[in-house]
Amino acid sequence: MIRIENLVKTYGSVRALDGLSLNVKPGVVYGFLGPNGAGKTTSMRILSGLARPDSGRAWIMGKEIGKPGSDVRSLIGVLPEEPAFYGWMTPREYLRDFVAPLYAMRGQVAARRADELLEIVGLQEAANRRISGFSRGMRQRMGLAQALVHEPMILLLDEPVSALDPAGRKEVLDLIETLRGKTTILLSTHILADVERVCDVVGIIARGRMVVQARRDDLLTRYVTPLFEIETDNGFGNWLEWVGKQAFVIHVTVSGQTARVLVKDISMAQKALLESLAGEAISVRRFEMVHPSLEDVFLRLTGKEA
Amino acid sequence: MLRTLLAKEFREQWRTWKMVVFMAVFLITGISSPVLAKYTPALLKSIPNLPAGLADFIPTPTLADSVAQYLKNTEQFGILLVILLTMSVMAQEKERGTAAMLLTKPVSRSAVILAKWLTGMTMLLAGLLVDGLACLAYTAVLFEPLPFGAFWILNLLLLVNLGVYLTVALMASTLARTQAMAAAGAFGGLVVLIILGSIPRLGDSMPGQLANWGSSLVLKGDITAWPALGVAAAMIVLALVIACLRLEREEI
Repeated sequence: MIRIENLVKTYGSVRALDGLSLNVKPGVVYGFLGPNGAGKTTSMRILSGLARPDSGRAWIMGKEIGKPGSDVRSLIGVLPEEPAFYGWMTPREYLRDFVAPLYAMRGQVAARRADELLEIVGLQEAANRRISGFSRGMRQRMGLAQALVHEPMILLLDEPVSALDPAGRKEVLDLIETLRGKTTILLSTHILADVERVCDVVGIIARGRMVVQARRDDLLTRYVTPLFEIETDNGFGNWLEWVGKQAFVIHVTVSGQTARVLVKDISMAQKALLESLAGEAISVRRFEMVHPSLEDVFLRLTGKEA
Repeated sequence: MLRTLLAKEFREQWRTWKMVVFMAVFLITGISSPVLAKYTPALLKSIPNLPAGLADFIPTPTLADSVAQYLKNTEQFGILLVILLTMSVMAQEKERGTAAMLLTKPVSRSAVILAKWLTGMTMLLAGLLVDGLACLAYTAVLFEPLPFGAFWILNLLLLVNLGVYLTVALMASTLARTQAMAAAGAFGGLVVLIILGSIPRLGDSMPGQLANWGSSLVLKGDITAWPALGVAAAMIVLALVIACLRLEREEI
């Protein structure tokens, strides 16, 4: 459905994409995951025809992007990271009189579709208000509505819930859930909980390259290395520096008074960690072996260490 | 597709009051030109303590003064208006992100430029119509009726002349990435055209000469400026082509 092969894109001295390849199968919700500056938005811009790669190729439904006579724009719906609208228009006018006619929908058909979408994204009460007065969250909902006008087979969503409050996020993610199976969705985000919730397949990108691409459950299983969660009363002192250097430790992350330590050898780690914590006179409140979350996998693969 | 883009452009001009301001300025220009031509000499004569004999040198206003005033005012205000109206149309869309939203839809980039150009030219045509009708009526009342056909040919020549500035401003707006750069480009284009128009011999072939031709038609003179008409048309086509090519190749 979506195929990218060895995309390279540079902006001056910055290599935004460095040989990126990915493959999205029909009907899946693909979580395109990566830290800021990893190349997610650049990839989306190339797929939607707004930018051209320096080298490499990309296809949408078999049509090669950028090739004469293979315009894919009627097949896709695009929600940019910061959707922008004509502030003097109302949402109803924007959908009914502007976006729908661009997809050859006019009159009653366009009016019906506009009202339907406004209800889906929860903007029916603001349907006749000028968009200039909309909050960022309302604009994001509006962005989603305009991407869905022509019921596209492919949706490219760049950070679709980043500006929404928890209730709005839930609504949008629920909406994405309803499209599963019918629409192929490429969803870029840095919010791992959302990926864990809605995505079937996850591609983790860092520094313009694909680090790993797998089904979400396979990814968690593949990286289900033992992980110890340690919570203390008085912090970790120099212990973190020590533990990071141990051969049996793969990766350490710290959040407040809690450390998560990914290890290779459970029995050795268990013994060594407990002894070292006691030796440093650290007051341990909790010492527990847990399963890693997608966040642990992501941080490990993108090389972010404590 | 072009129909939808045009509808959006016209609705934007109306909703953002640009159309109203545009028409109002042209209407005022059309009314004030013959009025100023008629009453400026009388106003000068009424100045107290005018040096003796000077009043005799102030000429009696004629139809030619009305036409000259109309041409001068329409050109000056028209050029400023079309540049102000057009210089930000494309740069603003790029800067605000609406261009990125639009260009992910199945629209031709050249159609986007064409819709903006057609809207600007239609507004200009309507403005000159309002301007011309007001001038015709007031000139008939204050002086004598203007030759109808020749006067509208003069306005068509003004349309071509002002159309050059409009298209150059649109091109600047497309070449620029920000509105500030677009404004600099549009006014830079104006300066270049003024300089080229003031160069002896070359100036005779520049679009500014079209106003003299129009004036001559109305006042039954014998000036023509076919080369200027050709140059103006070529400039419009060239600026449009450059704008379209630029947007076709630009990364948004």
